[in-house]
Amino acid sequence: MERHGRRLASAMNLRRFFLIAVPYGWLLALFLVPFFIVFKISLSDLALAIPPYTPTMKDGIGQMLSAFDFENFVFLTTDDLYWKAYLSSLQIALISTVLALLVGYPMAYGMARAPEEWRPTLMMLVILPFWTSFLIRVYAWVGILSNEGFLNQFLLWTGVINEPLTIMNTTTAVYIGIVYTYLPFMILPIYAALDRLDESLIEAAEDLGCSRSKAFWLVTVPLSRNGIIAGCFLVFIPALGEFVIPSLLGGSGTLMIGKVLFEEFFNNRDWPVASVVAVILLLILIVPIILFQRNQQRQAESDT
Amino acid sequence: MRRASWFNVTSLTLGFAFLYLPMVLLVIYSFNSSKLVTVWAGFSTQWYGELIRNDAFLDAALVTLKVAVASSTLATILGTMAAYVLVRGGRFAGRTLFSGMIYAPLVMPEVITGLSLLLLFIGLGMDRGVLTIVLAHTTFSMCYVSVVVSSRLVSFDRSLEEAALDLGCSPFDAFRLVTLPIIAPAVISGWLLAFTLSLDDLVIASFTTGPSSTTLPIKIWSAVRLGVSPEINALSTIMIGIVTVGVISASLISKRNAVKAQQDMQAAERGAT
Repeated sequence: MERHGRRLASAMNLRRFFLIAVPYGWLLALFLVPFFIVFKISLSDLALAIPPYTPTMKDGIGQMLSAFDFENFVFLTTDDLYWKAYLSSLQIALISTVLALLVGYPMAYGMARAPEEWRPTLMMLVILPFWTSFLIRVYAWVGILSNEGFLNQFLLWTGVINEPLTIMNTTTAVYIGIVYTYLPFMILPIYAALDRLDESLIEAAEDLGCSRSKAFWLVTVPLSRNGIIAGCFLVFIPALGEFVIPSLLGGSGTLMIGKVLFEEFFNNRDWPVASVVAVILLLILIVPIILFQRNQQRQAESDT
Repeated sequence: MRRASWFNVTSLTLGFAFLYLPMVLLVIYSFNSSKLVTVWAGFSTQWYGELIRNDAFLDAALVTLKVAVASSTLATILGTMAAYVLVRGGRFAGRTLFSGMIYAPLVMPEVITGLSLLLLFIGLGMDRGVLTIVLAHTTFSMCYVSVVVSSRLVSFDRSLEEAALDLGCSPFDAFRLVTLPIIAPAVISGWLLAFTLSLDDLVIASFTTGPSSTTLPIKIWSAVRLGVSPEINALSTIMIGIVTVGVISASLISKRNAVKAQQDMQAAERGAT
């Protein structure tokens, strides 16, 4: 009996080991190891062989270490294209996040205040674009923003402007694209926070003599803070490394680091430099990612 | 009392107009007979005809579907396992690293994921094509699946599983007969999410694909870089139509199930008294 029990236990252990090992091994092999490769290549030299970098593992560890250098990192500081691209990515991501908050908060507020029976439909209307192809949603703006596009036609027709505005291939187009595609990520967490909010608190504030706008700023906004923070990070983090929107709407008029990385890799075929760009982008992203995780954890704790 | 103030109504109207107007314009102008996409010249379905006759798009669509079905199925299996390990796995060596690797890909810029996977495949000497795209898509979408499934696992009553074990079920049977039916909605929505992510992906596919296999987003990308084209408008309209029908019917089904569950519950309560 006892032997049978032990055998059962060891079979269970084996099963548990298998259950953990399969997804663990998959992520190690296809997520963590590739990062070390990127890191390694960022330290190696460009060679004209294929693959276009000097392999650094073949001649033993010692030589590999001596071949490693921060040459590529130094190269990045000598060409101002790169730090300008990082700075302008940060700026574009930041401004787009603020704009998305300004558009998204009133919508989330309106949804939370809408009659109960409408809310599932409004919710579905916010989620629906998320299931639609990202590429198509960005592409839809090309026809609107171009010089002969719908927006210019409309504005010329109404007489607001006399000459078509140049919006395509400018940073403005990138702002519009980012706000448009990431708006659901801003609305949903804020809506979740506002939906949970106990309305009697606002009534209490009003009974105690707060005006409606004062109650909004002193009660509603602070109580939806976690939703605002989560929404801002969910827009800011992906916007920072964005490639499709600046390439399609921003054209040559905008500089963003995701675009630089892509072009460095595919057009210039400079793999070590592309890897350095990736490593630095990752270092920049670590701070917001950790802050975001902490906010999510705090929220999870306050829920229980 | 909920106040339907003019401010709320205006912000919702303007907001949804902003979200939907671009797509509505795209759909309307896909039926334009003019090659100039922003000038209306009359109703026509000719661009749909040209799209169907264009074999390159059809081939790309087939490759995309193949990749999406394979990667989302694999991702669902791996992601459900990972969610189970995260929620029910208890302590084991390297648990922090494991949960870190589950959450990190969700916020990783696609350019970095794509670049790192490509360098791995080249390092291993693998030929790039459908297989490498499937591996790449599985890796990032399994993380989404595991987040969706683990939120469901956290919320359900563990004593149901324990009861099954006490009544003599093997752990696998308990999972198959008790846990799986309860988490099934989350597993299904995880699969759908993985499927959509795979259909949609341009950047990671561009990095991991080879010359022989082009996915639909890559094909669309190379077309739209040259500007607006009526054929792409027609293709977009088809894709928007499929998604709209899918999402609306999914929400109707889940609504019907919720109503039915409520009725069952009421019937059970009536039976109990």
